Amino acid sequence: MHDVKSNPISRRDFLKVSAGVAGSTVAAELIGFGLDTRLVHASAASVPIKKGKEVPTICPYCAVGCGQIATVDTATGKIIDIQGNPDSPVNEGTLCPKGAATYQLVNNALRWTKVKHRAPGSDKWEDMSLDDAMTRIAQLTKDTRDKNFNETVDMPAAGGGAVKKKVMNTYALASLGGATMDNEWNYAHQKLMHALGVVYLENQARI
Amino acid sequence: MAKGMFVDTSICTGCKACQVACKEWNALEPEPSHFKGDPFKGGIAINFTGDSYDNTGSLSATDWRRVRFIEQFSDSREGGRWLFMSDSCKHCNDAGCLNACPVSAIVRRADTGNVFVQQEVCIGCKYCIPACPFGVISFNEKTKTVHKCTLCDDRIHNGLGTACAKACPTGSILFGDTGDLRKKADARLAQLKTLGQAKANIYGYNEAGGLNVFYLLLDKPSVYGQPENPVVPQRRLLLSTGFTAVGAVITGLAALFAFRERGARANAEVKQ
Amino acid sequence: MIMGSNMAECHPVAFRWPLKAKTEHGAVLMHVDPRFTRTSAMCDIHAPIRAGTDILFLGALINHVINSARWNNEPFFKSYVANYTNAATLVSADYKDTEDLEGVFSGISADGKSYANASWQYQRDAAPTPQTANVGPYTDLLFARVPGRPKTDLTLQNPQTVFQILKKHYARYTPEMVEKVCGCSKETFLQVANTLLNNSGADKTCNITYAVGWTQHTTGVQIIRTAGMLQALLGNIGRPGGGVLALRGHATIQGSTDIATLYHSLPGYLPMPDARVAHDTLKDYAVTATTGLGITAFWGNAPKWIVSYFKAQWGDAATAANDYGYDYHPKITGDHSHMPIFVDMMAGKIKGFFVMGQNPAVGGQNARFQRKALAKLDWMVVRDYFETETAAFWRNSPEIKSGELKSADIKTEVFFLPAAGVAEMEGSFTNTQRLLQQHDKAADPPDDARSDTWFTYHLGKRVIALYKNSTENRDWGIKNLLWNYEPEPAEVANWRIKDEPSAYKLLKEINGYAFEDIKDAQGNVTLAKGTPLSSFVLFREDGKTAGASWIYTGVIPSEGKNNAARRQGDAWISPNWGFAWPANRHIMYNRASADPDGKPWSEKKKLVYWDATLNNNAGAWTSHAGEIPDFQGTKKPDNKGIDNGIAFDWLRGNDPFIMKADGKAWLFAPTGLVDGPLPTHYEPYESPVANPVYKQQASPIAKVFNVEGNDYHKVADPAYPIVISTYRLTEHHLSGTMSRWLPWLAELQPELFTEISPELAAEKGVKNGEFVNIKTARGQIKARALVTRRMRPFNISGKTIHEIGIPWHWGWQGAANGDVVNNLTALVADPNVSIHEAKVFTCNIEKAGA
Repeated sequence: MHDVKSNPISRRDFLKVSAGVAGSTVAAELIGFGLDTRLVHASAASVPIKKGKEVPTICPYCAVGCGQIATVDTATGKIIDIQGNPDSPVNEGTLCPKGAATYQLVNNALRWTKVKHRAPGSDKWEDMSLDDAMTRIAQLTKDTRDKNFNETVDMPAAGGGAVKKKVMNTYALASLGGATMDNEWNYAHQKLMHALGVVYLENQARI
Repeated sequence: MAKGMFVDTSICTGCKACQVACKEWNALEPEPSHFKGDPFKGGIAINFTGDSYDNTGSLSATDWRRVRFIEQFSDSREGGRWLFMSDSCKHCNDAGCLNACPVSAIVRRADTGNVFVQQEVCIGCKYCIPACPFGVISFNEKTKTVHKCTLCDDRIHNGLGTACAKACPTGSILFGDTGDLRKKADARLAQLKTLGQAKANIYGYNEAGGLNVFYLLLDKPSVYGQPENPVVPQRRLLLSTGFTAVGAVITGLAALFAFRERGARANAEVKQ
Repeated sequence: MIMGSNMAECHPVAFRWPLKAKTEHGAVLMHVDPRFTRTSAMCDIHAPIRAGTDILFLGALINHVINSARWNNEPFFKSYVANYTNAATLVSADYKDTEDLEGVFSGISADGKSYANASWQYQRDAAPTPQTANVGPYTDLLFARVPGRPKTDLTLQNPQTVFQILKKHYARYTPEMVEKVCGCSKETFLQVANTLLNNSGADKTCNITYAVGWTQHTTGVQIIRTAGMLQALLGNIGRPGGGVLALRGHATIQGSTDIATLYHSLPGYLPMPDARVAHDTLKDYAVTATTGLGITAFWGNAPKWIVSYFKAQWGDAATAANDYGYDYHPKITGDHSHMPIFVDMMAGKIKGFFVMGQNPAVGGQNARFQRKALAKLDWMVVRDYFETETAAFWRNSPEIKSGELKSADIKTEVFFLPAAGVAEMEGSFTNTQRLLQQHDKAADPPDDARSDTWFTYHLGKRVIALYKNSTENRDWGIKNLLWNYEPEPAEVANWRIKDEPSAYKLLKEINGYAFEDIKDAQGNVTLAKGTPLSSFVLFREDGKTAGASWIYTGVIPSEGKNNAARRQGDAWISPNWGFAWPANRHIMYNRASADPDGKPWSEKKKLVYWDATLNNNAGAWTSHAGEIPDFQGTKKPDNKGIDNGIAFDWLRGNDPFIMKADGKAWLFAPTGLVDGPLPTHYEPYESPVANPVYKQQASPIAKVFNVEGNDYHKVADPAYPIVISTYRLTEHHLSGTMSRWLPWLAELQPELFTEISPELAAEKGVKNGEFVNIKTARGQIKARALVTRRMRPFNISGKTIHEIGIPWHWGWQGAANGDVVNNLTALVADPNVSIHEAKVFTCNIEKAGA
């Protein structure tokens, strides 16, 4: 329905040539005949290169907003490479060391991909299903809010004393969000938090 | 036409993007000696050197690039400089490693001039290691072969530049035809001389038969840890004692056997 | 001039551009910074200053500029400053400057901890007779509040002009004072000053770039203001190559400020309803908020945006009869920012905590305090890629290891929810130049990993379901929440995760859309229900439009079109790459790139200008570079404005600063700042010296937190004589979550180190690579010493002041470990925005065992 994807290819020099057979095999065969050629001839198409579907994305690190291209292996659907997007007027294909390491941020044996739960007083993480975790977090959110909701609070009055003010808030819930999360998340999250009455709503953007 | 890189150290910011981009494209592991234990299994980095911001220390089988950091400050700090240089294989026209390799595992592309190690051919004899005047080539204990920069052999044969040059944020590393690159280097050198950089020089036009990866330096090569007059060992041999053809043949034969054995082992593994 | 930023290290790719300017166009690059960094190495001039003396240095630049022959003789400067800044405006006769009151301004309270700003106001003509307009129920209330026009003296000679006040205020900020206070030689200072001066003018511009080196101070806002004032005086704002560029630190930190998840702000910079001020009803809020923002600025349109925000919040349930649900929206009652969150958490007030993509156990100021506060929670949800220190605080934090806390005693229930990578979800980021860029989804995230939007959306769905049957008044807001971002089948067809919310629908709601059919006077539908708004001028205050953030309007100009996903760059402005808010304007206030008559100041610096041949010879603003004029498109340069009008009607044709209530760049801030109308040198909250400039030592208004575990050092405290700054390195990212777990990055900067000068190292008997202990009243850490002449001792009024530097990326988790540097920092903040002071505080160091 939505034509939200634009055509990413314009001046990109990326993967113009399809891969062929391994050039080094040729060399090995020559050496197998005992020929010490030292010079290995390779036609442009004879050296294989990783390739796949290219998807334009943005670097997750600082706020410069460098364009990146994630290359996806079409067979496995996995990201196999992330590099600078040469089309981007921001970075013209370049990246810093962090941006260049983005691939390892995605494909990393240290990455946790399963929900973990630590019970009060426990000394260990335990597994929990995503659904169970979401159900419990939703219930805790409601319970905490309901026990600690203020329709009004006493505020200092101009001439001394206190005046009741409508505030519809809770001080018992707080949310601290990073600044690598989408604009869309920021919007959805502030909307939900405000609907719940959360005022302790903060972001990395503060500091 | 020969391909190479012109590294203009005067606009290198020492960011090390080249180091990571190289590892990313070439799927190089973190350098094992940098960690106590496997970093993907709880191992911790332990390689603080105290040598300015260079913790890479040397080129290795897993570090094909290394940015050097040179601090030049007097007590007064007057006119102090912090120099950076992204070092790698120079892809010499007269490559010591290639000359030393008994099995021709190290070869040069006829079309592009880059020198690289054919992993399936290398027998791990390490003869090439001392033969490199720049300390570039290194042995990998896991693969039992030597490794170094290939000038992104796959990329440059598919219409792309090297991964390091592509990533470099300031254009300090340029990839291209060496003839074009020399023109750019000459122009930049002239510009810097006009701006008063008296010590600026190009490193690599003549060294080791000409380096396909050459540098614009702001000080003497030795300041950057580079030999002032690199001599490929085989040339030194020619000059002093002469070359023993018989010796070369014997070495070559021995190497050939070793290669075949490796090949057989590899085949056996495939069958399993 | 790069100052308060280490651009080459922290924004390496952005640094591509100044370096190109240097090598290809001969630009002079200057770095003003305590340390010699990788940025300094690339610059033509490095001016070292003692940390925390930025306002003195910048104030001295102002003083030098306005007293220079070039500035006083070159007509450009006079024309720009008299017409485009408030230099000519007369300030109240009641105003007293720091010159009169030994370092504070008039209006200070009896306890000396707050200001009333009545005496900082402009002198004005009598208020105009209000229009009897019938625009809308909220806008109509504004007309009675339109003030008289400010009084001016275009010759700038009247002693009450902003210019004369400013001139007097900065008279003592001399090159000699720079040498004495900043420790930077007079010669170096003058080199910087003259470079800026000589490279500004009709055909030249200078840029100033900063980052958190300026913000993280108790005077952070005022430091940045000083730079803005300097640029305004040099005529460098709204013009290509000029400006003050903020280099922000995270991929969409700008977006999370624009579409704020910040306690004090609603999307689009509307203030959060606040029980401390007159926000009792929607009418009160609309009037008070708009007055604060500026009725006579473009902000005069705010009532339309306010009503549309509430309409987006509650949809059909928000009606004119119930004030669009205003009474159900929460109000703040104080400072609920990051530091107060942890102070209140420590006090047991906060029970449940969501931490998403942030790691306060490492990144939080006085991190020990923050970690201990986490143990007071009932429950916490952490969403991230790795087991961050925040996620693991209960099992292996330094406090657990030392026995200070025991896991068994910590009752906090902790959930770790794995997050999706950026390339694993679709959405938009806003970069540091206000550019929205879409990132497409390349792959599904693995296993349980989900986008943050997925988490918030599904949490919302579940919570709303729990309140389904509630009849409580207090639950109206959650029960009636407009919450439907179900994906269209095509959006998830290719993916394993089928319940990912639609990023497009969310962005469309941010953009704004017709909530019902909008008809003209003849009853013809001009905007059908559901149609996205192409421009913020289409917002209405009658409930017929919904939308969260007017500044993003135009990113979805029509159904199905997403301008954040435009990917056609060019060699300059690139108007067809992404979407720069507002309205795809890349340089804010770009009306100032033309002279008062609308002509380009010079051919070389041409950007936006008046073309009388356009618009059927009625004239219009235009740009040859495809830039969108940041001005009313057909308002003539000589338009005099409407004295009793609001918003653009009030503004004149030569008022480029359309978001300011007088259309001028503010050299003097009559409102908006709680700590004074003119930036003034105060020492950092912790300083090794008494303030050499005024009797007043530090900002009297700085926010302090007198709580247990947060002790401060005295001025010139002999126990803590060394200045310390914390900062970042190229090779790591912030608290390290996105770098320390990446071995490729971990090995580049493996261990915590501190940079110290050989002079200090010799004093302490420390050799390069050895360990030192660094100590403050808040905590102690161990780090390797990197002894380097890039650090230098400063001679401050004859006294040697040592300064050390320390990057703060490390923690006890991940593949690169080190002590938490924020154990050293204190909870102390700028009074305007509650940012902490990590760029300068005091400490002591000693040699440690291995």
